[in-house]
Amino acid sequence: MGMTMAEKIIALAAGKETAKAGDIETVTLDKLMSNDGTTHLTIDMYNKLKNPRIADVNKLVWIVDHNIPADCPKTAASHKKMRDFAKANGIRFYEGEGVCHQVMMENHVCPGDLIFGADSHTCAYGALGAFGTGVGCTDYLYAMVTGQSWLLVPETLRFNLKGKLPEGVYARDLILTIIGRIGANGANYKAMEFGGEGLATLSMSDRISVCNLCVEAGAKTALMEVDDIAMDYLKEHGREPKAIVKADEDAVYSAVYDIDLSEICPIVAKPHFVDNVVPAEESLGVKIDEAFLGSCNNGRIEDLRVGAKIIAGKKVADKVRFLVVPASRSVYLQAAEEGLLKIFIDAGAIVMNPNCSVCWGSCQGVIGEGETLISTGTRNFKGRAGHKDSFVYLASAATVTASAIAGEITTADRV
Amino acid sequence: MGKIFRFYKDVDTDQIIASQYLLFPTIDEMKAHTFESLDADFASTVKPGDYVVADENFGCGSSREQAPSVLKALGVKAVVAKSFARIFYRNAINIGLPVIVCKDLYDNVEAGQEMELSMENGTITCEGKTYECTKLPAKMQAILDQGGLIASLDA
Repeated sequence: MGMTMAEKIIALAAGKETAKAGDIETVTLDKLMSNDGTTHLTIDMYNKLKNPRIADVNKLVWIVDHNIPADCPKTAASHKKMRDFAKANGIRFYEGEGVCHQVMMENHVCPGDLIFGADSHTCAYGALGAFGTGVGCTDYLYAMVTGQSWLLVPETLRFNLKGKLPEGVYARDLILTIIGRIGANGANYKAMEFGGEGLATLSMSDRISVCNLCVEAGAKTALMEVDDIAMDYLKEHGREPKAIVKADEDAVYSAVYDIDLSEICPIVAKPHFVDNVVPAEESLGVKIDEAFLGSCNNGRIEDLRVGAKIIAGKKVADKVRFLVVPASRSVYLQAAEEGLLKIFIDAGAIVMNPNCSVCWGSCQGVIGEGETLISTGTRNFKGRAGHKDSFVYLASAATVTASAIAGEITTADRV
Repeated sequence: MGKIFRFYKDVDTDQIIASQYLLFPTIDEMKAHTFESLDADFASTVKPGDYVVADENFGCGSSREQAPSVLKALGVKAVVAKSFARIFYRNAINIGLPVIVCKDLYDNVEAGQEMELSMENGTITCEGKTYECTKLPAKMQAILDQGGLIASLDA
């Protein structure tokens, strides 16, 4: 019987010929990413172990991205704990370099890897054909100490892409459409695997956006076939694949979806659920107080180019804050070199350092009671961006930027 | 017996414990803010031995382990839902907080009622009725029985 991409990667990590959905396998992890959202707690648990040890320090990557720079003394203390531990133990440590998943894609993820990340959006790594999955700090600690963990081999939902996204429609619209179709738990415990001729029309940035958001349908991981576009990205960043896996022709899927990219339109996810999606046209005119262009989902150079092109020569609406937050230092630098930051600043945007920003509601930029944000962030849960009684709409870089100009939800072709 | 605190469908981990509290130094400092956005009185009224009962997909969203940890720190005996999001489910078992799938309970009980969970029998009794729960996979039951995953590192 054929295998899915997820089954093949788990088999590799388990040192077996095959793996089958429903089995539990003991796997050796290739990389272990952790950020400042939970690492202070991991360290506390580590220090209480009777025999604290690290199986392979070279596999650990620690990234301060959620609350950088620190917003209060308690955060500063948690960061210091993480920084000191990383230094004392020789752990690869990034601080202020960008959002963890963007830093991982730029520097560490390889096709065929099995990666645990103490962050739910670790599924983004599927854009490079790697099995990334989010874990809590206890799972992380166990893997850090033993080098291994256990995994229930997931069933897979297969998405065959065909055609090409229309002009003015983006990967964010595609993945929100899919989440709307299958629901917030439509892929719970499952892998989402993407292939088909339409995949070649998606850039690496698009692919990261799609895979990154799969956890919002409950997915354990997302996986895309590795093609020339993925291999070019890998080579540009100076890395080699661990293994390039492809699903077998006779792989067994729990469901198969055919997606025609040409039928996708600009989408908005309304408060307070990511699967609460409507065509952006149906949300026109909703007044906004803030707009956010950034995050591991849409803070790459391609997204900033989209936004800059729309806002060049125009102004952010009166009484609206427009936060522009590059996803990494390299994106930030490139945006500066291309003149994009000047365009945003001239338009009245607030350009901030690479971090998770308002996407996780505990950084600068949070919104107050009754306020509305339109965001390229990952979630629109109640209170996600600040006060519990506030509202978040999710949309593409284009729709967010257009809305920042209009002061209300609108699409790029209307400004 | 413990009191039922009842929540709806797709309760995400941001509602269980919001982002602004996650970097507090300890779980004990975070727990007063549990479910703050949905029930401001939850942390001050829940007592050890009480239960959280929910609809489908409880604990979706962020992988923050602080979510099951604050529930455990407040003494919640178990979370009983129609289904769980996978990261929350795994995290809860890993820290020794029972998470029980019971398809019929949610629609038949109300907040404030008293219930009792028998882990041994895999049943819940409430208002004179008995409900069957789905058994945990053996792997997860074993982790729960030893009090969480960390115990195996210290063994």
